[in-house]
Amino acid sequence: MSSPDHAVVSTGRLAQSPHNVFQRLGIDGPLTIFGGPIYWSLFALILIAVVLFPLYGSTFAALNFTNFLINAPVALGLALLWGYCGVLSFGQVAFFGIAGYAYGVMAINWGLGLGTLLAAAGALGLTSLVAAAFGYFLFYGRVSSWIIPVLTLVLTLVLETFLGQTAGLEWRIGQAQLGGFNGMTNIPSLTLGSLTFNGYSLPLFYLVVALIAVILIGLRVLANSHFGHVVMAIQEDAERTELLGYDIRRYQLVVFTIAGFLAGLSGVLYATWGNFIQPSSVGLLAATLPVLWVAIGGRRSLSSVLIGTIALSALSDALAVYSGDLAFVVMGALLLFGMMAAPDGIVITILRSLAKLLVRRPL
Amino acid sequence: MAGDLFNLAYQFLVNVSFLMLAAMGLIIVLGMLNIINLAHGEFIMMGAYTATLSVHAGVPFVVAVVLATIVVGMIGAIVELLIVRRFYANKLNALVATFGLSLILSQGTLLLFGPYLRGVSMPLGGFRVGQFSYATYLLVVAGLAFVLIFALWLLFYRTRLGVDMRATMQNPDMARALGVNTSRIYTFSFALGAALAGLTGALYAPTTTIVPLFGTAFIAPAFITVVIGGGANPLIGALASSSLLSVVSTPLSSQYGTFAGRIGLMLAALVIMRFLPDGLSYYLQAALLRRRKARPESSR
Repeated sequence: MSSPDHAVVSTGRLAQSPHNVFQRLGIDGPLTIFGGPIYWSLFALILIAVVLFPLYGSTFAALNFTNFLINAPVALGLALLWGYCGVLSFGQVAFFGIAGYAYGVMAINWGLGLGTLLAAAGALGLTSLVAAAFGYFLFYGRVSSWIIPVLTLVLTLVLETFLGQTAGLEWRIGQAQLGGFNGMTNIPSLTLGSLTFNGYSLPLFYLVVALIAVILIGLRVLANSHFGHVVMAIQEDAERTELLGYDIRRYQLVVFTIAGFLAGLSGVLYATWGNFIQPSSVGLLAATLPVLWVAIGGRRSLSSVLIGTIALSALSDALAVYSGDLAFVVMGALLLFGMMAAPDGIVITILRSLAKLLVRRPL
Repeated sequence: MAGDLFNLAYQFLVNVSFLMLAAMGLIIVLGMLNIINLAHGEFIMMGAYTATLSVHAGVPFVVAVVLATIVVGMIGAIVELLIVRRFYANKLNALVATFGLSLILSQGTLLLFGPYLRGVSMPLGGFRVGQFSYATYLLVVAGLAFVLIFALWLLFYRTRLGVDMRATMQNPDMARALGVNTSRIYTFSFALGAALAGLTGALYAPTTTIVPLFGTAFIAPAFITVVIGGGANPLIGALASSSLLSVVSTPLSSQYGTFAGRIGLMLAALVIMRFLPDGLSYYLQAALLRRRKARPESSR
């Protein structure tokens, strides 16, 4: 690595000797707000409770819970992008949709078994490629920070319009019919040997739980790594970071692509969960959801975003029983008043005060 | 041949005026307050609702349009006083907050008024040139858009309020030191942006169905226009970017349909931004200033 590395290292974590096992593993550090023995014990307890859930809860509840958990990767990706890199994107659902549709097209054409695994890999690869290409225009064009949310929102709207008008028979890729407003149906679920990852059985539940644990730990390692320090430095002061010799465009593009990949992962999981994908999952209302989860959760803390995402998904699901419109009014109100009363995020503010009560110093 | 030419000119005018009207309020708020109002589409929707409901109550269409402009302008002032002014320090937070507001407004409208409203018929009828027939109303709207630009120019460059606004835009601290009440200017600017959105919604209410997501048809083109125009000079930005974008989208949409036009807009925006990241108005403004500096005696 070149000389600028030492500039950050000397002020960052590596300069002090890591004083506990978690920091030595790289999963704790100054750039993740919560950490330490209490955090990781809670993490392990919650993980065990979730894994054992089907034993003491109903299978139906576990399957319903899977539906909420599927939202976590896209939210965690946006937390990295917005909270750490300072780039707000309304376009994560576009990547969600691209991956869902791509998985559908490939899985329908390549069939069960190995075909679905190839389809998942292909869909994730394609989504990352699209995210990288779009990100290239954003970051290498050096557009100002307020333009990115606007352009990503436009990307989402254009994609929804495109998918909505694919009702005709000419919109057929191999055997897959894009299906216009009704969306694409009969998408095969992921299969691995005798396991089928669909919305009716437990394998998908365990797959999603495992993926989320890996993503959470992986993103914490990334955030506390040298790379994460540079990304945080860009958010704090882009110009200064650049003067220290870093190509900030490259770092932003990499983070944008990771976030796009994670959104794609949610999209693939959604398609395999419900066996369908429709244009409204790319639409304006859908685009609001990841931003809501991350803003209300607390964009600087991955754990808060995870809690916020699951809680809010459950809340809108419960409200939607009464009225889908009401659910969005409540979400909008939470967002608006959250931004006014607790601009850092509601969940993180609660967690912080809890941590202060428990440990006296921040966890 | 002459008929085809007229057809192209008509489409072009209608496109330019649509983009200009959709983006005008947004670009003024961006230029003055340096924030993007994501509830802009919902302001447009409220303009359409106000106008439509007034017409149903027996008010003449022209009065309904004026009423919608005033009502939405007042709502804008209230929104600025209660919400937007808390976010001037953090642009991205302002964006997210107005986004929350847009959710409340559009879904609240859905709850209050149901999925659609009985429309208003288009006034003024039509005329024929060659083999195509045209709506007179859309031409009148196009004319109005240019009158509006002229009126805003008068406001910005020929009134005391306009001088205060431009001063606030250039250097708020200095303007405050010289006795300009910048906070009132901000409220007025946001209300002006909202009023223009209300006017746009009212003017386009007769052309389409009135639904709670009425605004979404406007926001993508409006955002693209604003992004390309930039906030350096709202009037030049709106004019230049809506003309440029119409040059791209008019042939595309008349050849291959509206969707191709939209995609063309998006791609044109990406390419233009790659090369002119600060928006057209920034470069035009700079060119204008250079010319004035070269001939100092002609400057005002």
